[in-house]
Amino acid sequence: MIRVNKTMLLFCSFILTIPATMALAIEAKSGYEYIEPETRATQDDDFTNPGLFAVDRGQRLFNNKQNSANKACADCHSEDGTKLDTKNIARYPVYSEDSAEIITLQKKISRCRNNNAGDKALPADHPDLIDLETFVRNLAIGEVVNVQTDGAMTKLIKQGKALYNTRYGLIDMSCSHCHDMYVGRMIRGQKISQGQGNGFPTYRLEPEEITSLHQRIQQCMTSMRAEPFETDSNEIKLMGLYIMSRSNGLKIEAPAVRY
Amino acid sequence: MKIFFLILAILSFSPARASDTQQVMDEQPDAYCHWQVTDYAIVEPLCGLVGKAQRGREIVSDSSRGNCLACHEFPIPDIEAYGNIGPPLTGIASRLPTTMIRLRVVDTRKINPMSIMPGFYRDPLLINRPGKGYRGRTFLTAQQVEDVIAYLATLK
Repeated sequence: MIRVNKTMLLFCSFILTIPATMALAIEAKSGYEYIEPETRATQDDDFTNPGLFAVDRGQRLFNNKQNSANKACADCHSEDGTKLDTKNIARYPVYSEDSAEIITLQKKISRCRNNNAGDKALPADHPDLIDLETFVRNLAIGEVVNVQTDGAMTKLIKQGKALYNTRYGLIDMSCSHCHDMYVGRMIRGQKISQGQGNGFPTYRLEPEEITSLHQRIQQCMTSMRAEPFETDSNEIKLMGLYIMSRSNGLKIEAPAVRY
Repeated sequence: MKIFFLILAILSFSPARASDTQQVMDEQPDAYCHWQVTDYAIVEPLCGLVGKAQRGREIVSDSSRGNCLACHEFPIPDIEAYGNIGPPLTGIASRLPTTMIRLRVVDTRKINPMSIMPGFYRDPLLINRPGKGYRGRTFLTAQQVEDVIAYLATLK
């Protein structure tokens, strides 16, 4: 009798682990796969993708010398940014051992300008910084997202995941509810995507503006009737990191076009 | 000196606070009525209110109120798009008694803790990080919930 129970118990625990294993095995898919063909066409065509305006603005800032050192990003990284290593761009956000923190691509750009050209450091998600980020990330288009997941990042990604799986606001859903559990289903006329980060900064068709990943998280939280995490807060960085780590292996599409 | 600063602080903070509340919601939230689950059902109507089916039908389709159409299909014509996250609700009243429908609208997580469905009358104290203007509130008012239930009860 005891033996039967043990076998049953083993069998049951095996059955219970199947969904968890399956959840891990889900293949990452870009939001591109979930949008309408017309939206894809808008994204793919350089003449119709409205996000390209942000790229242009970013490039202008990249070549701007109005600072104490009379120096532009372009002086080191070339006018069109081609001296930047696209493989390295695809690694952001990165972990800095020196300052023991997550460094977003925006922060890296702002610091580089500040340290080497005397530009004023820009706060996270400042419109100019989003334009610069869009320009730089666009250089790495087609490159595969490659965020570090080992070492110090393991713990941080785990913390980001916990935030991702937490319910927020009056609508009381977690990110995971839509972007893990109901991917591909329709919410009104919209198909739910996996909420990947490879297309950011993204041009959003509804507010009609270029949007950083962190801003998109805040917008999602607001639509959950929740108090969004503050710009540049630890929480938003952890969530952004977790989302980008989920996107490992997906090709960078910045600026993607989405709703 | 301390008092001077205190007055200064009150003077500089109160206008901002007043405009905050104004901007957010005009009315104070209704007092929250507690409810009881028995056998996967809530037998008593919320706050003892009586629902009106016609009003419920409007709330169901209104994206700023119930927005039930975002996830469920209903027998309501001329709708651009229904969601398919939850089950279709056509004929729900022939599958569930009203008292069980009530629990599902009020707080379906009493049945499935992992459910994606918002609780339309969950205790406001249980809400994590409610947005400004939503603190102390339920998703719908007790009257609105009873109206929705009255409408759902007609879907036989």
